[in-house]
Amino acid sequence: MEDSRRNFLKIAGISALGLGASPVLDAFSKEQALQTPQMIQGEKALKATHWGMVIDTRKIHSSEDLNPMIAACNKIHNIPKLETENHEIKWIWGEAYHNAFPEKETNFLNERLEHIVLPVLCNHCEDPPCCRACPTQATFKRESDGVVMMDFHRCIGCRFCMAACPYGARSFNFRDPRPFIKETNLEFPTRMKGVVEKCSFCAERLAEGKLPACVEASNGILIFGDLDDDKSEVRKALRENYTIRRKQNLGTGPSVYYIV
Amino acid sequence: MNDKKYIIAGLAIFVVLMTFPFWFNLGKAAPPPEVILTPKALAAKECVRPTALMKVEHQQLLDVWRDTVTRDGRRIYVNEQGKQFNMSLSNTCLDCHSNKAEFCDRCHNYASVSPYCWDCHIDNPKENK
Repeated sequence: MEDSRRNFLKIAGISALGLGASPVLDAFSKEQALQTPQMIQGEKALKATHWGMVIDTRKIHSSEDLNPMIAACNKIHNIPKLETENHEIKWIWGEAYHNAFPEKETNFLNERLEHIVLPVLCNHCEDPPCCRACPTQATFKRESDGVVMMDFHRCIGCRFCMAACPYGARSFNFRDPRPFIKETNLEFPTRMKGVVEKCSFCAERLAEGKLPACVEASNGILIFGDLDDDKSEVRKALRENYTIRRKQNLGTGPSVYYIV
Repeated sequence: MNDKKYIIAGLAIFVVLMTFPFWFNLGKAAPPPEVILTPKALAAKECVRPTALMKVEHQQLLDVWRDTVTRDGRRIYVNEQGKQFNMSLSNTCLDCHSNKAEFCDRCHNYASVSPYCWDCHIDNPKENK
């Protein structure tokens, strides 16, 4: 019968389609199974949209007050101690007022400021010139929290960022740093020869719910918090005190403020 | 066609010379490396992802981890089983696989690759450092 042949062909066609489709569908379902792993932020992570720091210089009496915070930073970030001044690696260090604020120098400076050493570090600028200079985007401003980060893997060591940074906050590894690290922190990587490094506001500690190491060791000299949150400690300090920022006229918008 | 002998002899010599590396090395293929797992890795039974996948794709996984951690600030990896891992080569991967010479290096040497992970990430055993 003509009719039955027609039906037979229909059924055969549909079955062939079904048989052919099942491996394809299987592959799709496998693909979806592979996509399930997720990458999330830790529950304990400190959250902010613009991390910033206020440095209360009134609490600094001698250069020794800075030693604990510098030591804490150096230790946890495996920062080498190199004797040659040009090879030095610095994330946070001390600087005299006239070096930290060259454009604010006056003839008869307040005696306290004349004599103290100020802590200086990467300013995590609102408009960071280093990030514009970087040809590989190894350094970039993290939009989520305003931290200027380094991806050491991508750094090609061209040092454009060092030329672009008006604060000298970046250091270059002219030689292998490993032999010069006194006490190695095994949880943090070292760097290799040929990359630039700088302060990261302890992004790895913020992710675990801890404040930056220098802040913890500073004995109240450093205040850290969210500049976008008007209830934060930094905003309170900014509200109550007169503060200045380093080389503000350059328009980089530093996130580190100094109470003088 | 007077030179037939010479041509055939020459061709034979040519073929033998050209194929020399193949038959000389016949049956002498380097055995695939045998990686040794630490007791900690054995106890965990499975890595972050299934073993077969880790064997072929660990480098891509690490690449994604690096970008996600530094650029997005997301540091926790939740795998298919819902288990959480800190996305860190130094503190998660090398914590279990604390035998670089017997685990990482054996395969990398066999495949003739020399990744520079350990130029910065401190290799284990961490206790000895």
